[in-house]
Amino acid sequence: MSGRSGTGTPPVAAGGTGRSGRASSPVWRVALGRVRAYMGRHQSLSIVIGLALFATALPFIVLLPPLNGFGTQKDFIGGFADAGVFVLLAIGLNVVVGFAGLLDLGYAAFFAIGAYTYAYGASPFSGLDIPFWPMLLVGAIVAAMFGVLLGAPTLRLRGDYLAIVTLGFGEIVPVVFLNADTYTNGTNGITGLAQPSAYGLFGVNGFGFTNPWPYFLTVVLIIAVAFIFLYRLQDSRIGRAWVAIREDELAAASMGINTVTTKLLAFSIGASTSGLAGVFYASKLSIVSPDQFGFTVSFTALAMVVLGGMGNIWGVAAGAFIVYEIQAQGLKQLGAFVQSLHIPTFALGPMSVDLGSINFINFQYLLYGLALVLMMLLRPEGLFPSRRRRSELHESPEEAAESNEELVQA
Amino acid sequence: MTGATARRRSLAVPWRAPLAAIVALAVAYFVILAGIVSDSSQQLTFTSAIPQAQAQFINAVTIGAIYALIALGYTMVYGIIELINFAHGEIFMCGSFVSWWLLTTLGFSGAITDPLLLVGVLLLAFAVSMVVMGIVGVVIERLAYRRLRNAPRLAPLITAIGVSFILQNIVFVVVSNSIVTTPQIIPNTVLTFGFFSISLINLFVIILAVGLMATLQLFISRTRLGRAMRSTAIDRDAAQLMGVDINTTIALTFFVGSALAGAAGVVQGLYFGITVFNIGFQAGLKAFTAAVLGGIGNTTGAALGGFVIGFLEVISSVWGQGRWSEAVVFGMLVLVLVFRPTGILGQQLADRA
Repeated sequence: MSGRSGTGTPPVAAGGTGRSGRASSPVWRVALGRVRAYMGRHQSLSIVIGLALFATALPFIVLLPPLNGFGTQKDFIGGFADAGVFVLLAIGLNVVVGFAGLLDLGYAAFFAIGAYTYAYGASPFSGLDIPFWPMLLVGAIVAAMFGVLLGAPTLRLRGDYLAIVTLGFGEIVPVVFLNADTYTNGTNGITGLAQPSAYGLFGVNGFGFTNPWPYFLTVVLIIAVAFIFLYRLQDSRIGRAWVAIREDELAAASMGINTVTTKLLAFSIGASTSGLAGVFYASKLSIVSPDQFGFTVSFTALAMVVLGGMGNIWGVAAGAFIVYEIQAQGLKQLGAFVQSLHIPTFALGPMSVDLGSINFINFQYLLYGLALVLMMLLRPEGLFPSRRRRSELHESPEEAAESNEELVQA
Repeated sequence: MTGATARRRSLAVPWRAPLAAIVALAVAYFVILAGIVSDSSQQLTFTSAIPQAQAQFINAVTIGAIYALIALGYTMVYGIIELINFAHGEIFMCGSFVSWWLLTTLGFSGAITDPLLLVGVLLLAFAVSMVVMGIVGVVIERLAYRRLRNAPRLAPLITAIGVSFILQNIVFVVVSNSIVTTPQIIPNTVLTFGFFSISLINLFVIILAVGLMATLQLFISRTRLGRAMRSTAIDRDAAQLMGVDINTTIALTFFVGSALAGAAGVVQGLYFGITVFNIGFQAGLKAFTAAVLGGIGNTTGAALGGFVIGFLEVISSVWGQGRWSEAVVFGMLVLVLVFRPTGILGQQLADRA
């Protein structure tokens, strides 16, 4: 291990240039460093500012070519609101998978529970008409309760059993919603869910199919709140306990962490975020039916978390947004683009290949599968890794030796 | 080798106890089935319901045999590298497509009446499907799992999920996105032995499954390679020090497990006459439940669990509640995991969470 760095040239020269480089760094670099430090001290504020900047920029970006050729601004805004649902799903799953290191494959079940909770709270089917805003909270709490119900018996078991139990749970929940038709209206689902109302606040009145703007703003708001909440959790005593359990459960337990309750907390916080997303999703679509919550939803969310970088909230959110837009826009436009090229049908051995007829949307789960495998093999820390993960997974013997040397010099 | 006479520490518990358990369960099931059948239709008394119950009983054994064959692959892989190979159900699905492709390419569409030709075609179908799927399993292990053998636990699990989606969607995109009709080449003959009657396909599937499982037991308990597998499962490092080639042994485990799933795929086509790109997911989950039920890592237990799942499914469909069968199976999985994580046969597992 240390042999390689020992026989190599001592890294003194490299360290020297690094230090002088840091001293003569340009002004923008210093400024960036200051901003970084400020953001580090005021995390919640920087989350709000960052999301606000992003949400303000998005509606203008889609007006630029070539994006404006793909749809109207309104279509895009509606799409972004849907992307926001997946961002919520991904940052919630990130708590379970990324922070606590538990594999939850039935994540869509909590999404379904949240959505059906809203359907019971505000639809002609149940006869109730509870406003959207309190239902957000109710949906999150109900989903968290189911998370505890499922997690309490199974989190005592070894980690990979949890994966299979959640997978089974994720299968059962849509089956129950499908088969208990007296209570759920079966295959047809529950329709005519009430749309939220902003009570004329800020001049916003109509949430509607023709006006996606309020949905977009609402989801940005929910994401901002969830971001702040999760960032604070991550840096809290509980967040550190999650990491400790992920790294070594036995060691964590012997340091006095109650592993079952801590894991249960991660599991139910993940579930409640999913429930929150479910309520919003149901209110936007105004319909819930069992086929919206299959395993593909859980799988998509997992792909988003893994691609974005397990454990990094911003990275996971970015991963979710990118994956969703590729799925919703990218593949469709790719198909249209290939079709517009009018490539003639050519023969490939016995098969004749007509590129124009390929429906690229069919390939999305194949791509997710490939992405999962390749990421795990080549870049397990994700595209936007958290600092801790990167250092864990990529600390080569040389780097370790170097950091030791630096310590000695200092 | 003189070592062959050494005391055998088997992965599997002795097979006599499970056999007794199977017989006891079978009798119990038969009575339950007859009870349900006689209850559900008013004209039938308990005794006159027996022929129908017998048909359902055989149906349950046949379905159980399919699950048992798949469950063996799960349990072998888990026993040796402690990985839930989520892609295993898809191997089963691919196996059914390989046999569909082979049989339709050869031009068969219905029953083959010439017995000699039938035997030949069946042998060919099973040989091709088992070898192809075995190789696919080895390739998956080599490309996806081997590099992650010492990675954090989450990594190989996520990879396995990814592989499962890759296989499923390759079939979806390349072969067919809807239900495919497979040739049922075994003629629909009913054999009657006194008061006991069984159709040829059921008899064939049961004999095949029992034969494959017995061969597997012999292979694991009596051969040199089987001994390597058992020792690797018990302690990989120690086995390596004793000269066992770990990589070959693990690859072999994947080959055997995947070949059995391939055989189950052929049976699926022959018995049900259909296959579709997404059958692997559900079948895989049920087979995994079977493996857990019997005690994971335990090959005899996996077979036993497969039959239990088959019976659960048939009982719920005879009851007229077939749509709940999945919920029943997974509910059972959760209950077993919570109250008896070591499975029915209760083998002690080291907790390496």
